[in-house]
Order: sequence, then structure tokens, then C-alpha cells
Amino acid sequence: MKKEKVHFFDRPGSLKKVLRVFFIFLVILFIVDPFIHKHPFFNFDGYPSFYGSFGLVACVFLVLAAKYILRPIVMRREDYYDD
Amino acid sequence: MMINIPPASILILGALIIPFLKGKVRSFYMVILPLLTLFYLFSLSEGTYWTVKILNYELIFGRIDKLSLAFGYIFAIVTFIGVIYSLHVKDTLHLMSAFIYAGAALGAVFAGDFITLFIFWEIMAFAAAYIIWSAKTKKAISAGMRYLMVHIFGGLLLISGIIIHYYETGSLHFNYIGLNGLSTWLIFLGFGINAAFPVLHAWLPDAYPESTETGTVFLSAFTTKTAVYVLARGFPGTELLIYIGALMTAFPIFYAVIENNLRRVLSYSLINQVGFMVTGIGIGTQLSLNGTVAHAFCHILYKALLFMSMGAVLYRTGKINATDLGGLYKSMPLTTVFCIVGAASISGVPLTSGFVSKSLIVSAAGEGGMLLIWIALLFASAGVFHHSGIKIPFFAFFSHDSGIRTQEAPKHMLIAMGLAAFLCIGIGIMPGPLYSILPYPVDYEPYTSAHVIDQTQLLAFSALAFTLLMLSGIYPPEIRSVNLDADWFYRKGAKAFMWLLNNPGAKLMAKINNFIFEKVISFLVWFTKNPVFAIKIAKDTLLLAFSIPEKRDEIKKRLKDEKESYPGDHSMPTPIGTVVLWATIFLTICLIIFYFAL
Repeated sequence: MKKEKVHFFDRPGSLKKVLRVFFIFLVILFIVDPFIHKHPFFNFDGYPSFYGSFGLVACVFLVLAAKYILRPIVMRREDYYDD
Repeated sequence: MMINIPPASILILGALIIPFLKGKVRSFYMVILPLLTLFYLFSLSEGTYWTVKILNYELIFGRIDKLSLAFGYIFAIVTFIGVIYSLHVKDTLHLMSAFIYAGAALGAVFAGDFITLFIFWEIMAFAAAYIIWSAKTKKAISAGMRYLMVHIFGGLLLISGIIIHYYETGSLHFNYIGLNGLSTWLIFLGFGINAAFPVLHAWLPDAYPESTETGTVFLSAFTTKTAVYVLARGFPGTELLIYIGALMTAFPIFYAVIENNLRRVLSYSLINQVGFMVTGIGIGTQLSLNGTVAHAFCHILYKALLFMSMGAVLYRTGKINATDLGGLYKSMPLTTVFCIVGAASISGVPLTSGFVSKSLIVSAAGEGGMLLIWIALLFASAGVFHHSGIKIPFFAFFSHDSGIRTQEAPKHMLIAMGLAAFLCIGIGIMPGPLYSILPYPVDYEPYTSAHVIDQTQLLAFSALAFTLLMLSGIYPPEIRSVNLDADWFYRKGAKAFMWLLNNPGAKLMAKINNFIFEKVISFLVWFTKNPVFAIKIAKDTLLLAFSIPEKRDEIKKRLKDEKESYPGDHSMPTPIGTVVLWATIFLTICLIIFYFAL
């Protein structure tokens, strides 16, 4: 049998490399942000990294609410509607 | 070249020839039809065409203006892409229903009056139900049935609204309606069912994931977007739509996070995206309405692309649940890339189509000073990235290796996905052509440094949230399950209703039957044996009830004798008298009825 090629994420350390690039990207975004001239609609959305903080908080809230509030209410067995 | 027929007819009439063709000729023919439609649409100039007078009504098959043309173009384009994607399909009826469905959507968009609109609206409902049934599984058949029932109900609301509206205004022309009075509310709700308003939305995540890998691509494009078009035509600036739209952007993403079936995740995110468009209609400024049309255009492409990539996964592996998939980037690298392009576009990553269309609507909310709505839209933008942008490609193609080794998607599927991906990026890099077909002149520059960095931050830090939650193990694991939604009320409700009919209902009916057909009848038989004597017994029974105690025994005895001797001698002197008596009673009743009725 032909041996399968070792794919990117199967190589040890690949995930770490990707994460490192991602974190560096985040830091750059964070540093650059205050130097960009913003046109806020309200006033708070002009603060440095408002969008980043909002995204982070919103997604954590989204996942926690879905997991701890919505799922216990609506989740049923897979054959719930079957006769 | 001027062929003088309504644009819808190319696809609808063209579909009728499909069964007579085979092999390459059929493939060629099917690909040509939507292209022909597209070029035909390019050749049309604004105006009103193809009016047919039937009795006193005027059916208008062609109201051509910028709003209807924009929807027409994208409908033709996505049909072209969808047909290429479907070239492996052998089921002729499935293909025909897809063509008729797409054609009817074009018919609805170009309809200038309510009757024409309603006819195409109903054709769409039936064709879509057939597309769902084409999967031929038990689940698909019942989901298609539920789909049809919901949409027939929506159609009834619509036609009742149209009829009342006609009597109120004397006109069947379909223009601005606005919410005032019963008829407009009925029309609004009829449109709302197809637009998947909250609570009226459950048909969508119920039915779309059950169709075939190709069927869902067509379904995702037409029904909701036709509804967006009619809302934009009939109800622009209706404030209620702002709130409905904002709610639509927000609530489905919670479901999308916990849903296991990846095509159902996409169905929930479809509602979220339509929510942006509905909000845009509600705001009703030129900027927001442009945003709605632009977003509908881009959304149709990237949503079709996402459904195509998941369809390819389903086609190759037979699986679509996140719990069964993972690691497919190894065997389906091109599909993975196309899926990521679709995911980036729906999330509004700069240089993709979502970035240049969604921001028109979000900016319109911000410029209107609608703080809460703006926050809701921003939350939904982050959320859609979270579940469609990351979850879909991550669980299907990366995540843990499911061990599945399969082949890349077939060539025609890759071509279709490649076309859609090309357009997603093309529009993102060069939004000019898209902006030029919008209903109002566009004075908007999406690529300002502030907008680019804000959107990039929003997305990158949402991705950070996903990464941290994943690494810490807090992210909810995918679980095989059913998540209850508003369809619970009619799926379980129908069962409860049937139980009520079969148990307490059936008992009650048995009692009522027993009373009417046995007790009443036997009394009448008894009574008519000797009515005069029977009345005498009734009189004595009454007497017994009200008499003084001393007389009671005497009456009791008499009553007993009377009952024993019943029917006794017929005291009617002549039978003719009886007949005359009944005839008189009958005629009196007739007299009374006619007196009051006339």
C-alpha cells in the first residue's frame, strides 16, 4: 500500500507555527490601530481597538450563551421527531 | 436581437424540453438557457412590457427597472453556476423543477401586478417542494411536505391581502404598499414567511438541509431573496422591518453555534444574512436600500458557494455532520480553498464581496444614529464569522482527522465553485460594476484605512475568541442531536392535535352521535306513536314535579298507569288531521325562515 503523504497539520509543530503567525498578526493590528484616523458614527467606536475588543467579547458571549443557555433548553435526542 | 418574450419564459418553457435530451446535448442545452436569460436581461431597457388584458385585469409580466434588473441578473448568474454544478444529476424531474423554480423567481421579480406575482409565487413554492423531495429520503419527504404546507399558508395570507387590497384601492398594481390596515398586514406576513421572519422562519433550517447536494444550492438563492425584493418594493422605510431584521441577524447565530449538521448551520446563517437585507429595507435610505440589493447579490453567490462546497463533501463522503467529518483538506484541497473563499466572503473579510456590500447597511444604521441596531449588526457580523467563517471550514476540512479518505469533487462541481469564488473575490476587489447596477447612485468608498482596520480587527479578535475557547476546551463539543426551533409548535402541535382528535375528540363524537342518532330518534319514534297521549304523560310528569305532597301519590300512580298503557288507543280521530297538523307546522317554519331571511 502506498504510504500516505504527511500532511501539513500532521507534522509536529505546524499548529504552533500557525498560531504564532496569528498572534503576531493580532499584535500588529493592535499596535497599528491608534495611528489610523477613524470616522466614528457615535463616540465610543472611535476608541483604539474598539472593534477588536467588541469582537472578542461578543464571540465569547455568543459561545457561552449558546452552550449554557440555549443548548440546555432546545437540545433533544437525534430521533426526537421520529415516530 | 429582439425576442419578445418575458425573461422568465426562457427557463420555464426551456425546462419542458429537458426530458427529450440526453448526454452532452442535454448538458450543453441546460448551461445555455441561463446564459441566454442573462444576455437577454442585458438587452432590456427600463419600462413596462408584456401586459396581458384578461377581463378587467391587466397582468404585467415585465416591470423592468434598476431594482428588478439587479435581482434578475444575479438570479440568472446563480442559475448558470447551479446548473454547471448539477451536470452529474440524472433525475430529469429534479433538473426540471430547478429550472422552473429559477424561472418562477425571475417571473416574480419582474411581475408588475399582484396576480402575476402571486402566480409565480405559488409556482416557486411547488417547485421548491419538489426540489426538496428529490432527495427521496423519508426525512426529505416529510420536510418537503411541511415546507409546502407553510408556504401554501403564506400564499393564502398573500392572496387574502391582495383581494382586500384590490377592493380597497381598486388597483392590482404592485408598487409601494406600506403598513396600514388589514390588507397590507396580510401581504406583509405573506412576504414575511418567505423572508423567514423570526418565528415564521423554521421551514428554512427544517427543509433546506434535507434536499440533495445540488437542490440546496438552488433553494438557498431564490425564495428568501425574492421575498427581500418584494419587501424592498412594497415596504421600504417600514420601521418595523429594522427590528425584525436586527432580530434575524442575531438569533440564528446562537443556533448555528450548537448545530451539528453543517448544511443546517449554513441555513441558520442564511437567515442571519437575510436579516441584514431586511434591516436595510427598514432603514429605507438610498444608502441602505443600495446595501440591501448589493448584499442580496453578493450573498446569493457566497451562500451558493458554501452550499456547493458542503454539497461536494456530502456527495463524496455521504456525511454532513460535524461529528463525522474532519481532515478533508487532505483529499479535497480545492474544495477546501473554495469553501474558505465563501467563508471569508460571508464574514466580510476585506477584498471579498461581503466586505463591500454588508458595510453599506451597517454604515446606514450608524449614520442614522441607531445605536442598538448598529450594535446588533456588529454583533451579528462577528457571530457570522464565528460560525460560518470558521466553524464550517474548520469542522469539515480540519479539526480532528476523521480518517475519511476520498477524492476531490468532480470537475464540473469544481468549475461551478471556482466561478462563484472568482466572482466573490472579483466583486470584493472591484466593487464598481456591482455598485453601478444598484437602484440609486452610490457615493460610498468601502476601502478606507479605518474601515479596513476596523473590520479586520473585528474578525481577527473573533477568531482569537474561537482559538482560545477551542484550546481551553470550553467550546461546546459537537453533539448528535436535534435542536428545537419554532417548527416544534407545528410538528409536535400537529401530533397533539391528532391525539386530541383520536382520543377525547373521538369519545365526544361518539357521545354526540349516540345522542342524535339513537336517543333523539327513539324518542321521536316513541312520541309519534301517540303524540296526544305522550303530551299528556309529559304534562303529568311536570305536574308531579310541581304538585303539593298530598297529591303526589295519586299523580304517580296515574303516571305509572299511563306509561304502562302507552301508546294506548290512538286518540287521533283521523290520520288526515295528523298530516294537516304537520303540514301546518312545516309551512309556519318556512314562513318564519323566509320572513327573516329575505
